[in-house]
Amino acid sequence: MKFTIMINEGPYQHQSSDTALQFARAVLAQGHEIFRIFFYHDGVNNGTRLSVPPADDRLVQKEWSELSKEHDLDLVLCIAAAQRRGIMDEDEAKRQGLDANNIIEGFRISGLGQLIEGGIESDRTVVFGD
Amino acid sequence: MAMLHIVNKSPFERVSFRSCLNHVKPGDSVLMIEDAVVGAYDNTSFSDKLKASMSDVSVYVLGGDLVARGLSEDRVINGIKSVDYAGFVDLTVENETTQSWL
Repeated sequence: MKFTIMINEGPYQHQSSDTALQFARAVLAQGHEIFRIFFYHDGVNNGTRLSVPPADDRLVQKEWSELSKEHDLDLVLCIAAAQRRGIMDEDEAKRQGLDANNIIEGFRISGLGQLIEGGIESDRTVVFGD
Repeated sequence: MAMLHIVNKSPFERVSFRSCLNHVKPGDSVLMIEDAVVGAYDNTSFSDKLKASMSDVSVYVLGGDLVARGLSEDRVINGIKSVDYAGFVDLTVENETTQSWL
């Protein structure tokens, strides 16, 4: 079965980023396909590579990035939500005249249409958030 | 068309769990995750409300989230089934749609 997962909450905020991560792993472990994971609202904070938690804590963003690499996942950050929160890829940083970008490998920035397409193309859409 | 209702807020903190139970249809399933798992305990101000809906709705709790909060499965309402993440995925497959009560 094909899944799209939507995440509306940032890492370290409550629990939803961790729940979604474990759910995504379980989906893949059971042989299902993940069509897309869409990060909206504070969920876009899952896509920064500049997060530095204490050494004994998990690094949620890196776990997404590694899962993406391992399973060739499509991780999409909502562009409007990302710009508000200062999550930039190279092109967006250049376009906005900013001096840096911070997106972590495995994510891309795009529009809300990607969520709608995910809902249409997938058998199930599951939402996580606060 | 059966729906999986996913609840993640304590019924002692927010009204979303109660709203969910007021909207479920016979044959639907309810899964408690995150802070909602405290709603699985018996003999609380909420347990009668949940038990009343269990005649025609299947109710599940994410076992790991109970353990993470130091809650014991012994005190969970009789008839609530504990699932792991694989069971969570199965529930989303068995039900045609899901609703997250955020």
